[in-house]
Amino acid sequence: MSETPILEVRGLTKRFGARAAVRDVSLELWPGEVLGIVGESGSGKTTLLNCLGGRMPADAGEVLYHTGDGREVDMLALSEADRRRLLRTEWGFVHQNPRDGLRPDVSAGGNVGERLMALGQRHYGNLRDTALDWLKQVEIDADRVDDKPRAFSGGMQQRLQIARNLVTHPRVVLMDEPTGGLDVSVQARLLDLLRRLVRDVGVSVIIVTHDLGVARLLADRLIVMREGGLVESGLTDRLLDDPREPYTQLLVSSVLTV
Amino acid sequence: MTAGPSNATVDEGYNFAFLDEQTKRMLRRAILKAVAIPGHQIPFGSREMPLSYGWGTGGIQITAAVIGPADTLKVIDQGADDTTNAVSIRSFFRRMTGVATTERTPDATIVQTRHRIPETKLVEGQILVYQVPIPEPLRWLEPRESETRKMHALAEYGAMHVKLFEDIVRFGRIETAYDYPVMVNGRYLMRPSPIPKFDNPKMDQMPALQLFGAGREKRIYAVPPYTAVKSLDFEDYPFQIEKWDQPCALCGADDTFLDEIITDDKGGRMFVCSDTDHCEQRRAAGHRGTGAPQSYVAAVEGGE
Ligand SMILES: Nc1ncnc2c1ncn2[C@@H]1O[C@H](COP(=O)(O)OP(=O)(O)OP(=O)(O)O)[C@@H](O)[C@H]1O
Ligand SMILES: [Mg+2]
Repeated sequence: MSETPILEVRGLTKRFGARAAVRDVSLELWPGEVLGIVGESGSGKTTLLNCLGGRMPADAGEVLYHTGDGREVDMLALSEADRRRLLRTEWGFVHQNPRDGLRPDVSAGGNVGERLMALGQRHYGNLRDTALDWLKQVEIDADRVDDKPRAFSGGMQQRLQIARNLVTHPRVVLMDEPTGGLDVSVQARLLDLLRRLVRDVGVSVIIVTHDLGVARLLADRLIVMREGGLVESGLTDRLLDDPREPYTQLLVSSVLTV
Repeated sequence: MTAGPSNATVDEGYNFAFLDEQTKRMLRRAILKAVAIPGHQIPFGSREMPLSYGWGTGGIQITAAVIGPADTLKVIDQGADDTTNAVSIRSFFRRMTGVATTERTPDATIVQTRHRIPETKLVEGQILVYQVPIPEPLRWLEPRESETRKMHALAEYGAMHVKLFEDIVRFGRIETAYDYPVMVNGRYLMRPSPIPKFDNPKMDQMPALQLFGAGREKRIYAVPPYTAVKSLDFEDYPFQIEKWDQPCALCGADDTFLDEIITDDKGGRMFVCSDTDHCEQRRAAGHRGTGAPQSYVAAVEGGE
């Protein structure tokens, strides 16, 4: 890991009416790291993720991002044009529901190729070859390249969504419950795949989950959220094996009883 | 509308070109904005017109805003001057303005069109008014107007190629044949209205002013004279126009858009220019094709 974080979040707050869904959250994401965010339903995980890329306007705070060309920008203060360009080129977002992250009526190849076309690639043959290569990487048969994801299983859709994001080699990928709603065996396969891809592509990842098993498998570090605020953070094994905060202890123990 | 007098006289009781002056000024302001930002859609307060949507009320409002007593108007539909749509729009303007109308492209100062660009090259000083059913090229992928407006503002057009990509996936080539998307002046993505892609190259660097009106969606956009208009494509699937393996049966032209006409009930057919005026001008100048089958000529003449 290098010495400067790729992302520094300071004092991020997001209110819905009088309630703060995210309350004064500060965190850092280091290059090549997988940071897990855990917490019970309603604790503000998705809201935090949405605010990081500026897709949802925050009420206070900074999200300092170190760009590929060495600048430091506040994602929340950027012009919309610059922000959207960065999101399109250097960030990826894997949605919990693949419907939100895929074009269901566009072929799998077209889904993978879209970000490349957005970056100006205009050679059909090359786009298709790249799509085939990525389908292979996410273990989707090459003969499905022309099929529409509408007809894919949930696990396949999720893998396609990952390929669609990683194809441009983004530097930061945010994932919201990427294994949620999948069968256990499908989940396990997806987790193995994610682990391998994250290592191969060298991307920095923030992954939201309320499954501590997923967190342990994927995350280098964890932060625990409760009612919009940070409760505790630390290396994954340390935090799960030796939680310090009473709330984290509760969270961990309730998983052990499952 | 009341049952009109014969179409040579101007209807009393209406303002020149039907619309009141204030409405025309509003339209002209929108047109000027559209000309200033080539390919960019300008909203306008569309008026009720005595024709229903789908009959070209967007184009009619533009024509009404730019037409003057000295103008000569031509109206075409699918290339022909004599279809119901073209005839009724032409007679509407004759009654509402008293201006001269023509079928000859070179004689017109304003050409209002649905689905074609005349084959005769338009020149400086002429205005081509398109009737547009759906103005937004990004609508197929993004239903929210607020979002498509943002995509235009930020020139986020990558997804537009996805549509052409899908054509190649499905058909092995870019199958889109009408309303083929174009980039205007290297900046704005534009729908050229449902003209055949055959006509797209004519839009590029055209000496005439091109105005587009969508009545139902209340949008005006424009391509000023001598503006770059480029059809989207892929490096390995370049933009191509339709080709026919035979010339026009009537005038022999091999460089025009041809319509297929069934000539008898035994599968006989022929290909003729869709631009009827251009075809007639060529025949008047002595050009001849292979001719229509005798049975067809007899049937048509017998029916008249
Ligand atoms: N658009 C919204 N408008 C109003 N309140 C919202 C909105 N989105 C989220 N909230 C509220 O903010 C809080 C945090 O929601 P959020 O979706 O971020 O939680 P979460 O940790 O992702 O939960 P889950 O695990 O169920 O996905 C909740 O109380 C939720 O009801
Ligand atoms: Mg959530």
